[in-house]
Amino acid sequence: VTHPIPPGTRDVLPDEMRELRRLQSALAETFASRGYGEVATPTIEYYEVLARGDERGAPVAYRFFDERGELLAMRSDMTIPIARVVSSRFTGAELPLRFFYIGTAYRAVRPQRGQMREFMQVGVELIGAEAPDGTAEVVEVLVAALDAAGLSRAVIGLGDADLYRQLLAEIGVGDEARTTVLDRLATHDLVGLRGEIAALGEIGDAERETLLRLPNMRGGEEILAQAHELGGAAVERATSRLTATYEACAARGVAERVQLDLGLLRDLGYYTGAILEVYDPALGHVLGGGGRYDELMGRFGAPLPAAGFGLYIERMHIAQAEEERIGGRS
Amino acid sequence: LKSTLEGARRPRGEGPLRLALPRGALFEAALDTLDAAGIDTAGPRGDSRALIFDTPELTLVTMRPSDVPTYVEAGSADVGITGKDVLLEQRDRAVYELLDLGFGACRMVLAGRLGDASLGESERRLGAMRIATKYPRTAERYFESTGRQAEVIEVKGSVELAPLVGLADGIIDLVDTGRTLAENDLEVREEIAQCTARLVANRVAHKLRAAEVDSLAERLRAATSR
Repeated sequence: VTHPIPPGTRDVLPDEMRELRRLQSALAETFASRGYGEVATPTIEYYEVLARGDERGAPVAYRFFDERGELLAMRSDMTIPIARVVSSRFTGAELPLRFFYIGTAYRAVRPQRGQMREFMQVGVELIGAEAPDGTAEVVEVLVAALDAAGLSRAVIGLGDADLYRQLLAEIGVGDEARTTVLDRLATHDLVGLRGEIAALGEIGDAERETLLRLPNMRGGEEILAQAHELGGAAVERATSRLTATYEACAARGVAERVQLDLGLLRDLGYYTGAILEVYDPALGHVLGGGGRYDELMGRFGAPLPAAGFGLYIERMHIAQAEEERIGGRS
Repeated sequence: LKSTLEGARRPRGEGPLRLALPRGALFEAALDTLDAAGIDTAGPRGDSRALIFDTPELTLVTMRPSDVPTYVEAGSADVGITGKDVLLEQRDRAVYELLDLGFGACRMVLAGRLGDASLGESERRLGAMRIATKYPRTAERYFESTGRQAEVIEVKGSVELAPLVGLADGIIDLVDTGRTLAENDLEVREEIAQCTARLVANRVAHKLRAAEVDSLAERLRAATSR
């Protein structure tokens, strides 16, 4: 007799669990050795708290009422709950605060291997440290985590969450058109993006060219010079932010693991400034991501600069297995 | 040129890019475009039953058009060619849509019986239209976005049959010349989208193999704009 479990959930049996635990301990040790303390928060939160963190509405999969009729939700990531903890429990604490977590979160995705509705995330939050050095510390910890997991070929994409949005505002694109254009970029629809940009009647040729070229500009340090040549105040601001972050990463010896990417856009609504995405050549899916969220703490009444990243444990495990397989062949 | 499994056995991220090629209606035009871009297509053009063909520049992997987003999202193919109709139906597949290749132009339409008012009648008197389609998610989204109620019936074979025998009031389908519609006494009522072939890329390949992906896109762009 078999009894079903809900779609997007799964059981973990001893052989897999042993390997997942080994990976988790390696990561926990890496974070602890860098002064990050582990925190755990409830898997359920008041929906209002999650929605406060993400202005576009938290992408929660499961909502329900408790016995008093309060709307609850399964957390969709760990960053918003930790922002809540910091604002409620750490007022006046010495900064910066360094936390790490290992926990499950829930999203309404199409279930497939490495992408379940219940998934395990591991990550850090560095709260009270400004850009660029705070961002560079987070990148350094991320590189250490990837190395500890044996994913030494993994690459970190570094972009700027405000670049495209500010550029559109600066050249006078209205709210509605701006939302459409950003949606095309966020869904990686570059054909649709070209169409929307062509339909923006009122902008100049140079600006149009900039909007068209940015989403494909990714690579090493040379990207910064290329962006500089495009010109425009928004590009200039983002480029100088990225240059500063890149140099801070170089000072910590991790710049060679970073790929600059001016087309990067994260799907969560709380990012500002630097954003990160993690790729491993052995896996077709993104391993994780993060960035700065300098305004999120303010939404919880404790304005503080902050940055962090989250990695999908199950995907890291799949990437480990793939890397092992490739390594075993050669 | 070989049609071995070498390209398939190579680990992800090594060797030439893997391109998912759609068999079926887009196949010939896709091969012509690759030819125009200077890529050898003798392998897939031959009568071999093989599914994978190695060329010096690309490993060509042939499959159903509707499987292309699946392979590319998973990274089992780095890049792929498929129709916009497939991408619309599988919008939750996270792939980069890089280039409109221009060929395979078709329209996604809502069609009803010639001179027959039952589409509107059903909605007015019975509360919902019944629509047969191979594109259920595209259909649901279209009616939702235009504020109408419809019962979407998914069928796998000839969609034109459904309104003729009373399974549905109308259909949503991809139309090329419109001949099949006309021969079955159906007519276009509304146009939903223009569909052409698109070049798509895996999210990780777009970053980690940026130069190769960009150079392929550039060659195909040049080949299709001639």
